[in-house]
Amino acid sequence: MAITRSTELSLRLDRIACEGHGACAELLPELLSLDEWGYPVVHSAAVPPGLAAHARRAVAACPVLALRLERSRP
Amino acid sequence: MTAESVHESTRPMPAVPADGSQPGPHGTRLLSGWFTTGRAADLADHLDRYGPLPLDRAHRGHASPLIHAVDQAGLTGRGGAAFPTARKLQAVADGRGAAVVVANAMESEPASAKDATLLQLAPHLVLDGIALAAQAVGAREAHLCVARTRQQQARELHAALAERERHRVDPVPVRLHELPHHYVSSEESALVRWLNGGDARPMSTPPRPFEKGVGKRPTLIDNVETLAHLALIARYGPAWYREAGAPDAPGTTLVTLGGAVRHPGVYEAPMGAPLGRLLAHGGGPSEPLAAVLVGGFFGSWLPANEALPTRFTKQDLAALGAGPGAGVLVALPQRACGLAETASVLAFLARNGAQQCGPCRFGLPAVGEDFAALAFGRLDVDGLRRLEHRVGLLAGRGACRHPDGASRFAATALRAFAADVERHLHHGPCPAVHQPPVLHVPTGSVPGADEWR
Ligand SMILES: Cc1cc2nc3c(=O)[nH]c(=O)nc-3n(C[C@H](O)[C@H](O)[C@H](O)COP(=O)(O)O)c2cc1C
Ligand code: SF4
Repeated sequence: MAITRSTELSLRLDRIACEGHGACAELLPELLSLDEWGYPVVHSAAVPPGLAAHARRAVAACPVLALRLERSRP
Repeated sequence: MTAESVHESTRPMPAVPADGSQPGPHGTRLLSGWFTTGRAADLADHLDRYGPLPLDRAHRGHASPLIHAVDQAGLTGRGGAAFPTARKLQAVADGRGAAVVVANAMESEPASAKDATLLQLAPHLVLDGIALAAQAVGAREAHLCVARTRQQQARELHAALAERERHRVDPVPVRLHELPHHYVSSEESALVRWLNGGDARPMSTPPRPFEKGVGKRPTLIDNVETLAHLALIARYGPAWYREAGAPDAPGTTLVTLGGAVRHPGVYEAPMGAPLGRLLAHGGGPSEPLAAVLVGGFFGSWLPANEALPTRFTKQDLAALGAGPGAGVLVALPQRACGLAETASVLAFLARNGAQQCGPCRFGLPAVGEDFAALAFGRLDVDGLRRLEHRVGLLAGRGACRHPDGASRFAATALRAFAADVERHLHHGPCPAVHQPPVLHVPTGSVPGADEWR
């Protein structure tokens, strides 16, 4: 099962780096939303395979590199 | 005095062979010296009572007898999270290269005085704990972090360290640091950041300090009381440690009793005793109680009838949404307004965040304002719903657990004072909001950007 495991991705948010730009939630509303001040609420850190491309785009869109994708440990 | 050895001091040896393994009056261990002599223990007192450091029991690695003993003893951290101390020791000992030990004496919890009391009365127990832990995790340096605002404490600890240096007690150098004193500057990653030359503000983790801390080395951070217990376990063993307390919550613990108790102050009490018994150490409630604040400003409100029979263990308290925290118990009398008390603590927590994360910058102040409106009868039902929503959104959304603490503080207040919430919503504030508060909440504004170094 090594192949599927290696594609299990999870979101990691650096709360100090985050400045509340909100780009991530726009591109990944399935997993992220914003609070009333524009800071992200992570509904699920685990990224289902079907959302991997969206997640990558959300990560790339953060102007302060506060959002990362990590391979979750099995 | 010119004597080389402190044992040659002019003080007579105690008449009873003072093996510190005998509990002192009231079952005290950490504070038994104080109850016996009535003065702070200097190095001579300390050595008379406990003998020299048992460094031979504390070598590094998997076979470390000290780590094994701490594990068997079931010692848990006294800085707030009640994490098993042996697990942390082992993780740091297993890390790569020389480790570092940091003793957390910051005691930023305003309702707590136990660390200051311990350091004043039995500083050498804490310093022994630092030395033994350093040996067990393979550290070549150790740091003792105190609050810059407590100059007297810093002077006394400098003197105690100098005395130990003169008598070559410690195997590794221990440096005393005076850090800026804000509520979150005592959080472990803030200590690491400060010791590495930065601001005393929490950092994003991972890496956690045990992986990569001071100088990027594996770093053990323990509360000073935890280290003092460790120094006794190293001498007398886990079976001795477990003679006090309960099987699921062994040993003794320092508690700070405040509010409506007859004799507020710091006491040493068995772990696992019902909270009512702990309050009895301070003479018990001085008037009828509405609630007990367990764990201080980082803690939880429990209705008095629920709190008093509950045992002081991590598990029993967790079942009620609370935890032992740093051992603070504040008894809230029925005449007080729990909502007003909560509002003033939340305002304090909002002022004292490190202003780095969204929840700290916006969520905490908003919750504090909503709560003040509730206490003063200015919040309607929609406002209450918004408050509950905001409280629910604080937890788990900061780099450190400061917003989690504030969230729990607010949520447990809404539950413990549910009847008051109804009354305030529909009939305005109770007369008690204009009474002097029970909790002493420090004033002061949000620290400036330059006040963290
Ligand atoms: C906001 C905040 C403030 C803290 N303040 C203290 C403190 O004043 N003293 C302390 O020992 N631990 C404090 N802690 C806990 C430390 O981060 C750390 O867990 C503790 O020192 C570990 O020691 P222990 O395992 O012996 O409990 C605080 C944690 C947080 C989140
Ligand atoms: S949550 Fe608050 S106190 Fe903790 S790191 Fe973020 S800003 Fe600092």
